[in-house]
Amino acid sequence: MNILEAQGIRKYYRSSAGLFFVTSPVVRAVDGVDLTLEKGKTVGLVGESGCGKSTLARVLIRLEEPTEGSIRLGGADFLALRGGELRKARRRIQMVFQDPYSSLNPRLSIGSTIAEGIRIHKLARGAEVKERVSRLLEKVGLPSSASAKYPHEFSGGQRQRIGIARALAVEPEVLIADEPVSALDVSIRAQIINLLEDLQTEMGLTYLFIAHDLGIVEHVSDVVVVMYCGKVVEQAPTGDIFREPLHPYTAGLIASVPVADPALARARAAIPGDVPSPVNLPSGCAFNPRCPRVMDICRIERPDLIQLGAGRLVRCWIHQKKA
Amino acid sequence: MDTLIDVRNLTTVFETEQGGSRVVDGVSFHVDSAEAVGLVGESGCGKSVTALSIMRLISSPGRIAGGEILFEGRNLLALSEKEMRKVRGNKISIVFQEPLTSLNPVFTCGEQVREAIALHQKVSRSESKTRAIEMLRLVRIPDPEKRYGAYPHQMSGGMRQRVMIAMALSCEPRLLIADEPTSALDVSVQGQVIELLCELQARLRMAVLLITHDLAVVAQMASRVIVMYAGSIVEEAPVRELFDATAHPYTQGLLGSIARLGQRSGPLSTIPGNVPDPFGLPPGCRFSDRCPRRFEKCSSAEPPLIDISPAHRSRCWLCGGRG
Repeated sequence: MNILEAQGIRKYYRSSAGLFFVTSPVVRAVDGVDLTLEKGKTVGLVGESGCGKSTLARVLIRLEEPTEGSIRLGGADFLALRGGELRKARRRIQMVFQDPYSSLNPRLSIGSTIAEGIRIHKLARGAEVKERVSRLLEKVGLPSSASAKYPHEFSGGQRQRIGIARALAVEPEVLIADEPVSALDVSIRAQIINLLEDLQTEMGLTYLFIAHDLGIVEHVSDVVVVMYCGKVVEQAPTGDIFREPLHPYTAGLIASVPVADPALARARAAIPGDVPSPVNLPSGCAFNPRCPRVMDICRIERPDLIQLGAGRLVRCWIHQKKA
Repeated sequence: MDTLIDVRNLTTVFETEQGGSRVVDGVSFHVDSAEAVGLVGESGCGKSVTALSIMRLISSPGRIAGGEILFEGRNLLALSEKEMRKVRGNKISIVFQEPLTSLNPVFTCGEQVREAIALHQKVSRSESKTRAIEMLRLVRIPDPEKRYGAYPHQMSGGMRQRVMIAMALSCEPRLLIADEPTSALDVSVQGQVIELLCELQARLRMAVLLITHDLAVVAQMASRVIVMYAGSIVEEAPVRELFDATAHPYTQGLLGSIARLGQRSGPLSTIPGNVPDPFGLPPGCRFSDRCPRRFEKCSSAEPPLIDISPAHRSRCWLCGGRG
């Protein structure tokens, strides 16, 4: 069952008009993305900075309104909701942020932070709120005494647990985790990943897991979506994409992951060059200036996202010709 | 191989309201000429403070409280500030993590490299500019004559880090300290910068002290590794030996908690608990409260660094030793 279906999502920003230029360039942060989340499964969303993955996440929970596109949450049109109905629906989809320092209010106790959502959505009253907060803290591996403390009294890993408890407080079905472990120490990352996986099994949660660490993405995801310059360039079941990446960008990303083994390790610069400026994308395929397998057509015409086999999508001329 | 820098019993203290905190506590290690050594640990372990102590860049409330840093036979801690300035940026230079905040936004990148050259070498203005352009070419910035006039904000993160490296290498240092040189960069660019550093290290025959939390980066670049925990060295070994015959339970935990590509099954192994704060160190071994293999002796006495093989030392009672 699909719990969330987003179609043709576009989010354009007009970069601030310069003093002397009349026309301001348009940044296509997200440029026509389809995304489906299946209940109880995890979709891993991968890409480098500026590829639009965080903007997409913000659009999906309606922190940003899309320029174009539709989102269906549990069958209903999420974008059509207003006021009280929207607030009710927001409960179903929650977010865990990257930075556990800036995403908690330093002046609110942990108990108040977690209880806020419960109160707003009237999920409990009086003493029951406190009891729920304790249960949530226990669920994320913190003592219930944490409730009276403030964010500065906790380490990064503990704060991320608090962020997870806050997201879970309103009993969501979908959790969007935007780089939930990249600000944490190595030894703490594994703790948080294991916690998220346990919670998923226990509560039947659906995850959209955004990360740039491919090792972690492979570990948690059922399906992997790769974005580049606002577009999906490849999507496939996790096993397939790591075994046989179809897009040269995906292959390059996988090859550039440093291997924690000196016997295999060598410095790798698998993808030359830099991510292009979003206001000045190359013509044709956005990846063509960095692509090792570039052809003439790649510089002229944009490839479409085409299906190749079960659940495998790729946006590349190499495969377009065969299809 | 001759020893280039010999750090002996370095102790750096930060004065706080709760008293002095020994952030670096009796650290001893050496780096040979033209050798790449990795200094690994999590946030707060003292790795960056060790680097800043070598550069004598510790400012109040911190101070270097004891030890010696012998560089080419001279104790850097005994030099006057004027003498130290001839070493800093000249014979020993440093590349920081965040290239955007390390570069001055109101000067062009080329000018900042030229300034570093002019500061330490008696050359004419046009000569220093020619050399600065050569340095930009050395770090493979495309079209260096043109990019000389570019401001930091006009360059990508990877290019800015190349400028930082060019600046650090402009006086042909004997020792380059690279403090998390790739952590702020995208995956595809990380590989490029590591490859560049490896190549330059071999070509210029300089020593590199690579400070990082990422064991995979160390595996690619370093020939010897030093692991720090809570202000002291817990293990030191040639890189292959560290990965193949890991001796300290902390290092074992770090290696185990990495989500590696192609190894997907089961939960990740973790190190329980959090990095201790400097005032809450457990008695005896600093890692004892998180260690899965602790026994009575661990909480009564702190183990010394015990020799396992000629170049492999571990601070753990499991490795033998008398207590």
